Amino acid sequence: MPAVQLEGLARRYGEREALGGVSLSLQAGQSLVVFGPNGAGKSTLLRVLATLLRPHAGSVRVLGKPLPEEAWAVRGRVGLLAHEPLLYRDLTARENLRFHARLHGVALERVERLLELVRLERRCREPLRTLSRGMVQRVAVARAVLHEPELLLLDEPRANLDPAASELVDPLIGAAAQRTRVITSHDPARGLAEADMVLGLRAGRPALLRAAGDVSVAEIAQLYR
Amino acid sequence: MRRTVAALLRKELLIELRSWQSVPGMSLFALTTFVVFHFALNRSSVDGDLAAGILWVTLLFAAILGVNRLFVADAEEGGFDGFLLAPVDRGALLLAKALALLLYLVLLELVAVPAFALLLLGPTLAGTLPSLVGVLALGDLGVAVIGTLVAALAVRTRARDLLGPLLALPLFVPIVIAGARASSPLLAPRGGDPAARWLATLGLYDLLFGLIAYALFDFLLED
Repeated sequence: MPAVQLEGLARRYGEREALGGVSLSLQAGQSLVVFGPNGAGKSTLLRVLATLLRPHAGSVRVLGKPLPEEAWAVRGRVGLLAHEPLLYRDLTARENLRFHARLHGVALERVERLLELVRLERRCREPLRTLSRGMVQRVAVARAVLHEPELLLLDEPRANLDPAASELVDPLIGAAAQRTRVITSHDPARGLAEADMVLGLRAGRPALLRAAGDVSVAEIAQLYR
Repeated sequence: MRRTVAALLRKELLIELRSWQSVPGMSLFALTTFVVFHFALNRSSVDGDLAAGILWVTLLFAAILGVNRLFVADAEEGGFDGFLLAPVDRGALLLAKALALLLYLVLLELVAVPAFALLLLGPTLAGTLPSLVGVLALGDLGVAVIGTLVAALAVRTRARDLLGPLLALPLFVPIVIAGARASSPLLAPRGGDPAARWLATLGLYDLLFGLIAYALFDFLLED
């Protein structure tokens, strides 16, 4: 059973079509990397898969469940790392993670373990608004994987992270995490290295959909011209 | 559900304790309004209908400040989406937000009612305070439920600061009318009992909007 199966997915914002004609199938354990210029529909695709946006046409199945009909059965099985951290600025890293742990029914010990893994145990008592963007991104990574989701939806996951921090979160959201992943990226070399399958979007439409081994960096660069 | 409500309520109160954005603003607004009434009416004291009207209108406008802030922290950094991704009953958010708003209203009244008695009210509240607390509690329930419903509706729009009060005010009008009528005898020179008819009206209104909010809230959170 594919982890993600899309047939003619379309999504509009008012009159504007943000996503249209997207069809693909992603097997469990595989990684799909989505490339495309700003406004191409990458984040919209992730939000549809996360059940935050309803598809306006086509069929969407995530982890075997049709959306939006069985969205309730998908929530809690996906982890979304979005552009916004989905955290509260006035709460500390620990309070934020504990809040999400309670919502997901996760033991609070896991929060401490994750704070260690993202090396924030010493700053975990400070409100998020006092942390750097890179640190907040590390907390956001911890939040996204807190409940050990089967499907990770990662919107430019390494944005705001320096190379050391990027390496730090790799066991959680990289290939080593051994989860099904849908990742958006603007970095062709890194993206291709992470991908089993590549989707290129241009103005909300698929311009490229192939196995990663059959795609070159030059073809991805072409999407941005 | 109880655990989710507790987690959400705890988060609400922690954010308010850190930011102090709702309760102090609401209280300061109420105090300032009483001072304005004191000078605008050019009377050293008020009682009966006038006193009840001033008290309820002031509390209502102060409550709107709290309603407007209710979902701001959730909207700012995507915390709202974080909640929507969790496998929990979404009605828990209605309950937690309404409880938080109810608590803010109680805290507001702990400041505003003594200030009102000191600055404007002629008759003493000594004998009628328990009844007044009961009437205020019924009004607060309605304001908390309607305020949460309206705030949830407004927060996902660009004009949320304008839409919240515009939607809330007409829905609060029956609460002000019933609350003021019920508490008017309590603020009269000789004191008295709250009018049962208006208490029943308040109670029914609370119940009606409680049911409407429960039925609609899930739908409001959907894309």
